[in-house]
Amino acid sequence: MDERNITFMFYGLAVAWGLLAVYAVLLGLRDRDLTKQLDTLKRMVEEKK
Amino acid sequence: MRRKIILALGAVALPLLLRNLYVIMFLVPDEMEQGPIYRIFYYHLPAFFTAALCYLTAMVTSILYLVKKDQKYDAIAVSATETGLAFAAVNLITGMIWGRISWGIWWAWDPRLTWALICWLVYFGYLMLRSAIDDPTERAKNSAVLSIFASASVAVTWKAIEWWRTQHPGPVLSIRTGGVQKIDPAMEQMLYVNTVALLLLGLIFVLVRLRQEEVQREIDALRRYAHAMN
Repeated sequence: MDERNITFMFYGLAVAWGLLAVYAVLLGLRDRDLTKQLDTLKRMVEEKK
Repeated sequence: MRRKIILALGAVALPLLLRNLYVIMFLVPDEMEQGPIYRIFYYHLPAFFTAALCYLTAMVTSILYLVKKDQKYDAIAVSATETGLAFAAVNLITGMIWGRISWGIWWAWDPRLTWALICWLVYFGYLMLRSAIDDPTERAKNSAVLSIFASASVAVTWKAIEWWRTQHPGPVLSIRTGGVQKIDPAMEQMLYVNTVALLLLGLIFVLVRLRQEEVQREIDALRRYAHAMN
């Protein structure tokens, strides 16, 4: 069996897992950013009150 | 509550994904003609199913938004669309890698591939449209209309392997061939098991993204409130 066949199989599986992992990380980063923004705004509004 | 649901889903999805990866890599036999490369099939097709289900969810919730004018439906639509795009990217890129070995080329302008790309671009356009409109009601209304029209591209992509017999293989799963077994039942079964795993992962992504959409709306409301206080 052509060695490229196995290599490309690994590429395919790595891309599938990699893309989903990258999206999960991006979601996590966005989550952290939004939580920080929300906390800051809440504190700001409390102070203004 | 939703956090607990996400964690519970994660506790089921992650072991299942890892178990499936092990089975796909080490236990399932090579396909007779294609060799090991065919294993991409176990991610290529489930990723498409997950993306299609996400787009379908976006279409239904977009219709519901237009009927009920409730922002929660818009939030579900955008969450499902973004998740669908991630899975559709997996479908497209794994297909290209598979094609490089099976056909000797990375890409062919065959109707099936072209429609999958068009579908991805249309939904990417949906996200671009949203980022270009500031008013939440206008944004929700315009993107809901686009999402409903975009769902036609999903239907065409789904049917493309039946309508056009070109480079891309035709339907092989018995659910699409009217019960005719075109691949080994064990392969088909493994494909369904991995579809379940990717669907669970997709559901987790949608729920996390939905929560972010709600937090974003809370941030926007607080900003307006803080602005009014000045």
